[in-house]
Amino acid sequence: MSSDREGSVPLRNEADIVASRQTVRGLAQRLKFSLVDQTKLITATSELSRNTVTYGGGGEMDWTIVERDGKSGIRLQFRDRGPGIPDLELALKDGWSSGRGMGLGLSGSKRLVHEFHIESAPGAGTCVSITRWK
Amino acid sequence: MNRIPILQMGTALLVTIQIDMEDQTALALQDDLVEKIAAKGASGVLIDISALEMVDSFIGRMLASISAIASVLDAKTVVVGMRPAVAITLVELGLSLHGVRTALNVARGMAMLQESPEASLRVE
Amino acid sequence: MNQGQHSLADILRNDGGELTTRWLAAAGFERSQEAYASFAEEARGLLATLKSATAAGATRFDVDGTAWAGTRAALEALSAARAARGESAGTTSAFVLALKVALFEALPTTTDGPSLMRQVATLTQVVDGMAQWTVTTFQRTREDIISRQQEELLELSTPVIKLWDGVLAVPMIGTLDSNRTQVVMEALLQRIVDTEASLAIIDITGVPTVDTLVAQHLLKTVTAIRLMGADCIISGIRPQIAQTIVHLGIDLQGVRTKATLADALALALRQTGYTVSKAPVGARVAG
Repeated sequence: MSSDREGSVPLRNEADIVASRQTVRGLAQRLKFSLVDQTKLITATSELSRNTVTYGGGGEMDWTIVERDGKSGIRLQFRDRGPGIPDLELALKDGWSSGRGMGLGLSGSKRLVHEFHIESAPGAGTCVSITRWK
Repeated sequence: MNRIPILQMGTALLVTIQIDMEDQTALALQDDLVEKIAAKGASGVLIDISALEMVDSFIGRMLASISAIASVLDAKTVVVGMRPAVAITLVELGLSLHGVRTALNVARGMAMLQESPEASLRVE
Repeated sequence: MNQGQHSLADILRNDGGELTTRWLAAAGFERSQEAYASFAEEARGLLATLKSATAAGATRFDVDGTAWAGTRAALEALSAARAARGESAGTTSAFVLALKVALFEALPTTTDGPSLMRQVATLTQVVDGMAQWTVTTFQRTREDIISRQQEELLELSTPVIKLWDGVLAVPMIGTLDSNRTQVVMEALLQRIVDTEASLAIIDITGVPTVDTLVAQHLLKTVTAIRLMGADCIISGIRPQIAQTIVHLGIDLQGVRTKATLADALALALRQTGYTVSKAPVGARVAG
């Protein structure tokens, strides 16, 4: 595990949300991220994992250790095959909520990472990709 | 599922969250606290989050809910021990925790619970 | 040495120390040099990792297989040590590449041409791979050192000062960008925890301009301080800045502000329950 550069964890239920946080913590510590960077990435993971489980009907989180110009980073992709998000622009606005959520999951996570990319369409599921560099 | 224990100190209830909680554990804590406030006629609730390495929107919402519900039951809530990295992340996340009282540590928190209603500091 | 006994594994197995000697010689080190012993130690260590890797059957160097993990770790250590000493990536990889000379010298000359060429190609791939890995990690280490130095510089330029029991002050000087604010925020919040401060005064006398962005950064800091259970005052607001704030419609969200650091300190002392009184003229002051 300690020399793997990529992996995947399932996101089927609440226990998996906790597991995904712990996986990301392990990765961030392995890469010696600063404490604040670790916390931001783990929090973003929690938000997006929860979205995948609660609104996406379950899916998985793929992780990769990435390099660019000598810097290391962690890329996470949250995928589900759920109903998809009809209006992405609206979803990325603070305060938008599709259910009993507080509406900060997507827009909040975006502020916690360096790179944020989302693909989603009704009936086509959702894929959110985030990257945080050291 | 773990159930977070709730201790009683005088008229105050004391909760120390030390684990990486599952969502349902947080919800159960909320239910247990509300029930106990009513049952014991507690006037204050102190939630110690000094062991939490992360507070996301779910936990944040739980803290705000507990504070609001306790208030309706005429009890003051104070959240103590938030770590710097957590505070920084919460601000970036956009969580304001309006109306939730906070204190640096348990001692300050308890002092706050014992003060008169007008004297306490709130996050506005 | 037998005809067929010239794989990297064989060379390493049969090595009684000559490889290290030849390697260091090819790298330009002389026995008389002070650092020779430590370089030799490094070289022996690296060769040992190569021995384990090849003994387990590995023949091609790679960057993510488990067989070469020991070698990669040793190269990272070598790279880090050289980077810390201020050497260049070029010098460091040249050292690794010099191993080729030592390995070629260990190949039996009685082998047929084509087989010899194959073995040279294999040895070359391994040493080239090692040198490339050294350069990659060298870059990473340098980046780490530089960013750490930058952070230290930032911290030094914005000290967190303890004014009084429970009262901290941060004099911000110069332009406030997001990176700077982040570093200051982290340092300030940690000091609040460490000193159990109840109040932080952020003095912006030395900040030339306050626009919406700067105000946002300041407000984030204030919110974080309050979330942790401490309070905050912003001082050093020059008249022009006060005008800009109102002009831009910046909502300070109830943050208390004072024109001078002195006013802020007076407020802080009152708030924390202190009164300062002046001793009568002529009275002796203790201490």
